[in-house]
Amino acid sequence: MLLRHTPKEVAERKALAINPAKTCQPIGAMYAALGIHGCLPHSHGSQGCCAYHRSALTRHYKEPISAATSSFTEGASVFGGQANLLQAINNIFTVYEPEVIAVHTTCLSETIGDDLNQIFEKARREGKVPEGCTLVGAPTPSYVGSHVTGFSNMVKAMAQLAEPSGKKSGKVNIIPGWVEPADMAEIKRLATLVGVPVTVFPDTSGVLDAPLTGEYTMFPQGGVTIKELKASGDATATLAMGEWCSADAARWLDAKCKVPCTVLDMPFGLAATDRFIDVLRTVAGVTVPDAVAVERGQLVDLISDMHQYLYGKRVALWGDPDQLISMCEFLVSLDMQPVYVVTGTPGKKFEERIREICAGRPFEVKVKAKGDMFLMHQWIKNEPVDLLMGNSYGKYIARDEDIPLLRWGFPILDRQGHQYFPTVGYRGGLRLLEKMLDQFLDRKDRDDPETSFELVL
Amino acid sequence: MAKTSKAVRFDPADIKEELLKKYPPKVARKRAKQIMINEAQESETPPEIVANVRTIPGIITMRGCTYAGCKGVIMGPTRDIVNITHGPIGCGFYSWLTRRNQTDAGETGENYMTYCLSTDMQDQDIIFGGEKKLAAAIQEAYDLFHPKGICIFATCPVGLIGDDIHAVARKMKEKLGDCNVFAFSCEGYKGVSQSAGHHIANNQVFTHLVGENQTPPEGEYKINLLGEYNIGGDGFEIDRVLRKCGITNIATFSGNSTYAQFASAQHADLSAVMCHRSINYVADMLETKYGIPWIKVNFIGAEATAKSLRKIGQYFGDKALMDRIEAVIAEEMPEVEAVAADVRSRTEGKTAMLFVGGSRAHHYNELFQEMGMKTLSAGYEFGHRDDYEGREVIPHLTVDADSRNIEEIEVEADEKLYRARKTPEEIKALEDAGYKFKHYDGLNSDMDKGSIIIDDLNQYEAEKLVELLKPDIFCAGIKEKYSIQKLGVPMKQLHSYDSGGPYAGFKGAINFYKEIDRLVNSKVWSYMKAPWQENPELTATFVWE
Ligand code: SF4
Ligand code: SF4
Repeated sequence: MLLRHTPKEVAERKALAINPAKTCQPIGAMYAALGIHGCLPHSHGSQGCCAYHRSALTRHYKEPISAATSSFTEGASVFGGQANLLQAINNIFTVYEPEVIAVHTTCLSETIGDDLNQIFEKARREGKVPEGCTLVGAPTPSYVGSHVTGFSNMVKAMAQLAEPSGKKSGKVNIIPGWVEPADMAEIKRLATLVGVPVTVFPDTSGVLDAPLTGEYTMFPQGGVTIKELKASGDATATLAMGEWCSADAARWLDAKCKVPCTVLDMPFGLAATDRFIDVLRTVAGVTVPDAVAVERGQLVDLISDMHQYLYGKRVALWGDPDQLISMCEFLVSLDMQPVYVVTGTPGKKFEERIREICAGRPFEVKVKAKGDMFLMHQWIKNEPVDLLMGNSYGKYIARDEDIPLLRWGFPILDRQGHQYFPTVGYRGGLRLLEKMLDQFLDRKDRDDPETSFELVL
Repeated sequence: MAKTSKAVRFDPADIKEELLKKYPPKVARKRAKQIMINEAQESETPPEIVANVRTIPGIITMRGCTYAGCKGVIMGPTRDIVNITHGPIGCGFYSWLTRRNQTDAGETGENYMTYCLSTDMQDQDIIFGGEKKLAAAIQEAYDLFHPKGICIFATCPVGLIGDDIHAVARKMKEKLGDCNVFAFSCEGYKGVSQSAGHHIANNQVFTHLVGENQTPPEGEYKINLLGEYNIGGDGFEIDRVLRKCGITNIATFSGNSTYAQFASAQHADLSAVMCHRSINYVADMLETKYGIPWIKVNFIGAEATAKSLRKIGQYFGDKALMDRIEAVIAEEMPEVEAVAADVRSRTEGKTAMLFVGGSRAHHYNELFQEMGMKTLSAGYEFGHRDDYEGREVIPHLTVDADSRNIEEIEVEADEKLYRARKTPEEIKALEDAGYKFKHYDGLNSDMDKGSIIIDDLNQYEAEKLVELLKPDIFCAGIKEKYSIQKLGVPMKQLHSYDSGGPYAGFKGAINFYKEIDRLVNSKVWSYMKAPWQENPELTATFVWE
C-alpha cells in the first residue's frame, strides 16, 4: 500500500494541505506564455521556481520548455529584483533573440513588491528592448489562487496588448483556456469548419508538439503573434472558455475595447461542444455546415453504443474547475455518476456549478473547492468508485484501491500522447469515450470469472 | 581501466571562443572563467575554474534552488520522517515524488514519501506571518501519522516575512514529546544552486539526528554510505553487493534511509563517500565528532565498484573480508565483462558529453570508459572548485557573499562517543601503502587533455556544443532532454535515469551498457529526413511498373 497512512476517518484540517489538487500560479503563466509566437517566458524570482516549472511542463509535454529566470540571490531578495530583471532582459534579447519576453512574478518578487511595469519602462528607456520586440508582464503571486489563476493572469496580460484600430476585423477571439496543444488545434479546426475566422490565444499548438527533424529552434512556428493580439481589440466578439482560465481576459477586452464577450464552458463532451458551436455560428452569423453535424452524430452514435457499459458508473475526479465542470456535465449526460469532485483551486461558484449539474440525478455528489487528493482518497475509502479521472498523482490511489485511472488533466507524467490527441470537441469526445470504455472493459476482462468470460462485448 | 590520454580532434580554444561569441561582454567575461580547456594531469599549474558562483540573470541555467537541494535531494528519500513544506503550494508540489528515489517500506511499513504536505500559505499568512499556521500544520500531521520525526522546510517567502521556523519546531517538539521536530532554513534564494541546500540539510541532520541511537547495530565491518540517493534503485544494488561481501551498511545518506539509520550513524567505523559534493560536510563532521575516517568511493562502473570494495577491505585490513571481496568480484565480473565485450563492439570510439550534478559528471566517465567511449566535454550543475580540481584547492577557495550566508557549524570531538577507529600508526601504515583518506582528485584529473570542462552549462552553450562537436550521446537532466533530442542526438538523463536503472554496482553497469548501446545505436536518429527532403530534385525518369 503506497498511501497506507491515509485513514478512512475524515478529520478536519485547517492548516495542512496533503497531496494537493493544485499548484502555483507561475507555471500557468509559463504555459500560457508558450502560446505566444516567438516568446520566451521569464520567471522573476529565484531560479528554483523556474527550474521546477520547466521540469513539470517538460515531463508533461515531453517537449523542450525554455524559460529564463532572474536568479535572485539573497541580495536581490533584500534590495529588490530590478537590477536582476534589467540584466536578464538585456541578456535574453542578446543571446536567445526572442520577439517577446513574457515575465511573470513569483512569491518572492511579489513579497518584495517588485513592480514589473516600472522595471519594463526603465528597460525601454535604457534601450534594452530591441525595435519591434515586446515585453509582457503578469503578476502571479502563488499565495493567491492556483496555477489556473496564473494562467488566467498571463492570458489577461496578453489581452492587454490589444490596440483597437476602430475598425472591426470580422474575426472572433477564442480564449481556449488551459488545454493541450492538440485541443487548441482542434478548436481552430472546428472554427474553420464552421467557417469563422478566429484568433486563438494562447495557442500552444505548433509550439509544444514540434516535430523531430534534427534541427532545434527555441521558437517554433506556432503561437499567437503579437500582431494578432494587438488586433484582438478589433474582433467581433470574444468566446472565453472557462470562468477560471479565460474570463478575466475576455472581460477586459469587453470593458476596454468594446469587444463583447461570452464565457462558455470548455468544450468537453457533447453539450458543451454544442453550445460552443451554437454560440460561434450566432456571433459570426454563419450557417453550420453538415460536416459538423456529422461529427456530432458520430459522437451520439458512440454514446448510444456504449451506454450499457457506462450507465451508473461511479467516478471520482480531480483537477481544475473549468475542466471539471464540463467533464462532470459530460459524465452526467452519459448517465454516469461523478460522485466525488475535487479541485485545489478556490471558488465557491465551482461547488455550486457542480451541484447544479448533478441535481436531480440518482446520486449524491461530494464536491470541494480548495480540497486536496488526501481528502478525496478518504471519501473513496468510505465508499468506493468505479473510475478515477485526473492527473498522474491518482495512480497511487488507483493502485492501493484497485480502481482504474483515466489520465486526464495536468500533469500527466507517466503516459504519452496526450499532447497529440484532443479531448475537446466531438472528436475529442470520441477519444474520451474510447479511453473510458477501455478502462471498464479491460477491467471486466481481467475480473470476470472464466464461465462468463466473453469474446464479444 | 587504463586512461586514454590522446588529445581530442577539435581545437578546444576555437570551441570556447564560439561559445562566448554571442554574449554581451560582461557575460562573456564571466563565462570565460567557467569554461576551461583541460590540461594534462602532469601540468604544474592547471588552470583554475570558477564554480559555485551565481548564475547570470536571464541565462537559461540547469540549476535549481536551495530548497530543492535540501528538501528534494537530501531529506526527500528518508521514508519515515514526515516532511512539511512551509510556503505557498508550488515548492511542495514540484518536489512531490518527482525524484526517482526508490524505497522499501520494510517491516514497519512506514513510508511518507508518497505524501506531499504543505502549509499552502495564503496572502493572509504572508501579511500576518505563518508561524501559527505552521504550528497547527505540525499538530495536524502528528495527529494523522504519529511519526518519529517531522521536518520543516522554508521556501523563499518565509525567510522574507521572517517566520521563525526553528522556534516553532522547538516548541512543537516539546509539546508533542515523542516526535523529533526540526527545521531547515533552506529558502531558495540562500545559495547559488542546490548545493547550498545540501549543506543546510547536512548540518541539521547531523545536529538533530546523528548520535541519538545509543545501541550499536549488529554486524561486522560497519560503514556509512554517504551521498547515495537510491535513484532507480542504485542503493539497492550497492547494498546487495555490500551484503554479499559481508560489509554492514549502517546508514545510507540518504537513499532508502530511515530515522533510525541516521540516528545510528556514529556507530560505523568508516564513511564511504559517493557524491562528494552533496555530503562531504557530513563525512568531515562524523570524523571530527566521532572519529570515523572517510574515504571517497565510486560504485558507478564495474571496475570502480571493484576498486571501491577493495578500498573498504583494505581499510579494515581483515584477510577474511578481503578474500570474500575478491570472491564476490570474481563471481560478479564475468557477466559484466561478457556484456561489456558485446556492447563495446558497437560503442567503441563513440563520444559523450556529461553535464550533471556535483559528482555524476565524474562518476559516469568510468562507465563510458568501460565501453570504450570518450567524454568530449563535461561539467557540473552545482559543483564547487574542489569537485573539479580536487580537495587540495579547498584552503584556497574564496568565500563570497553567497557562501557566507550558509551556516558552518562548529563540531568538536564528543567527550563520550569519540573513538579513533585507527591508531595514528595504523593510519600511517595505510597511507604509506598508498591509501588515501579524505581524498578526492576531482573531475579534471580523469578528463583528457584538451577536453572542455564547463561549469553551470546553460541551454545556449549546450546547443552550441552539440552542434559543433556532434557527440553520440548527451547526458544531463529533464530540462535539457528534448532540446538536445530535437537536434537528433540521443539524450540520457543522469539525474533521474529516465525510467531506467539501477546503474550502480555490477548489475547496474550491465544495465547501463545496454542502455547506452540502445541509445547510441538506435535507428530512431536516422529518421529525421523524409525521402523528398533528402533528394529534393524531381527525377525525370520515374520508373513505373
Ligand atoms: S515560491 Fe511560489 S512561485 Fe516559487 S515554486 Fe514556490 S509556490 Fe511557486
Ligand atoms: S520559491 Fe524559493 S524555495 Fe521555492 S522553488 Fe522557488 S526558489 Fe525554490
